[in-house]
Amino acid sequence: MSAPRPFRHRHLLDISGLDPRDIVQVLDTAEVFFEVSRRPVRKVPTLRGKTVINLFYEASTRTRTSFELAGKRLSADVVNISTATSSVKKGETLLDTVRTLEAMRPDVVVVRHPASGAPHFIADRLSCSIVNAGDGLHAHPTQALLDAFIVRRRLGTLSGLTVTICGDVKHSRVARSNAELFQAFGSKVRFVGPRTLLPPNAESLGVEVFDRLAPALEGANVVMVLRIQQERLEGAHLPSLREYSRTFGINERTLAAAPPEAIVMHPGPMNRGVEIDAKVADGPRSVVLDQVEAGVAVRMAILYQLAGEAGTAPAA
Amino acid sequence: MTTLVDSDELARCIRRLAAHIVDEVQRRGGAELPFALVGVRRGGVPVAQRLAEEIESAEGLEVPVGTVEIALYRDDAATALPDPKIGPSQIPFDVRGRDVVLVDDVLQTGRTVRAAMDCLLDYGRPKRVWLAVLFDRGGRELPIAPDFVGRVVEVSASARLEVVLDDAGYPSIATLEEKS
Repeated sequence: MSAPRPFRHRHLLDISGLDPRDIVQVLDTAEVFFEVSRRPVRKVPTLRGKTVINLFYEASTRTRTSFELAGKRLSADVVNISTATSSVKKGETLLDTVRTLEAMRPDVVVVRHPASGAPHFIADRLSCSIVNAGDGLHAHPTQALLDAFIVRRRLGTLSGLTVTICGDVKHSRVARSNAELFQAFGSKVRFVGPRTLLPPNAESLGVEVFDRLAPALEGANVVMVLRIQQERLEGAHLPSLREYSRTFGINERTLAAAPPEAIVMHPGPMNRGVEIDAKVADGPRSVVLDQVEAGVAVRMAILYQLAGEAGTAPAA
Repeated sequence: MTTLVDSDELARCIRRLAAHIVDEVQRRGGAELPFALVGVRRGGVPVAQRLAEEIESAEGLEVPVGTVEIALYRDDAATALPDPKIGPSQIPFDVRGRDVVLVDDVLQTGRTVRAAMDCLLDYGRPKRVWLAVLFDRGGRELPIAPDFVGRVVEVSASARLEVVLDDAGYPSIATLEEKS
């Protein structure tokens, strides 16, 4: 085991910018905060006097709440700004908005944006730390890190696993970030779904691609189910939800193709009866609620690593 | 670097501390629950473990042992670098209404103890919190005094006093390095 070292990053923009040691360090730190979240007093004074701004240009309840709780449990001041209530509606540009925010001297800005690369654009122009909370079809690094946290807790490792990601992989930043993370640890990643919902370049990413569920689940340690976004139906990516559910839905019958010890994950919100059956979602193999709990701990770990002095100045 | 306390003397220190803690806490503590030891990560943890074993073998008394991580409670947390060696606190018993003895290896400024008390209190309200340290080297920067001291040592403020662990992870000897 290598000696611990300080976190070397000022921002968390995507998984590809981290090496496996960085990821292990975030997950180890998250174990500390997981314990904090189970105490009678679920708050530590660590980031007292620090300011975290959650800047959300896309609807989100669980990710925003998770970041908000993470900041508050670290005693930071947390401000939420969402597009529906801000001057973004009045036509302010992204750059103007972030410059205005910077004048308020935040330590960390957490950004969700429908355009891929928006957090990078902001990181290049602001002096505070930026956390990507999901950008377009590009990346959702904190989701991948919390998924890894649960997998490591449940299966004891991130290496040598087979991770099957099911559903609308093409439009999923969760799938992309998870694929990068698990491949970095030498695990195998599979994508399965209708051809229209699989990324055309999947093979070049080193991912195995399946258009039938059963062979994709064979030998899988982890089954990640993605949400089918209703709006994709209009673009004729899918014939019907009913047909999708019959062919690619995860239920007790289809899950029988996976080993009995495989765990089932879903980033939420779930469409019960579409991509995942209620019996599986609430069953013993589902870790969906563990993922939510881990989300707060992992985000606390990231804020702790970034909001300390290391985030704003190089280590002495 | 010189050996300040050899392994025989350090073992005697621990035995004395253990006996003293049992006497005092049982006589004056008065809580109904058995008292508990809580080691301050990381140096206090092996000392607390060793004390618990000593108390069990000498007095036949089984005391629960926990640990607190103080990195999140440091008074310089806002300006310090994130600690890469941070680990979870573990308090596997109910602290409410209990006598709790905080254990650390070396007491100097008292800032670590202040942080450890804040952490401990987030688990509930103990009956009384005591402080046991293997070495008190002086140099307090906060109004904190130990209840139990293995040995008082007089060293310069810049000297490096370290409790060295043996292969089994227990305190073995104490070394001193004077910084010029």
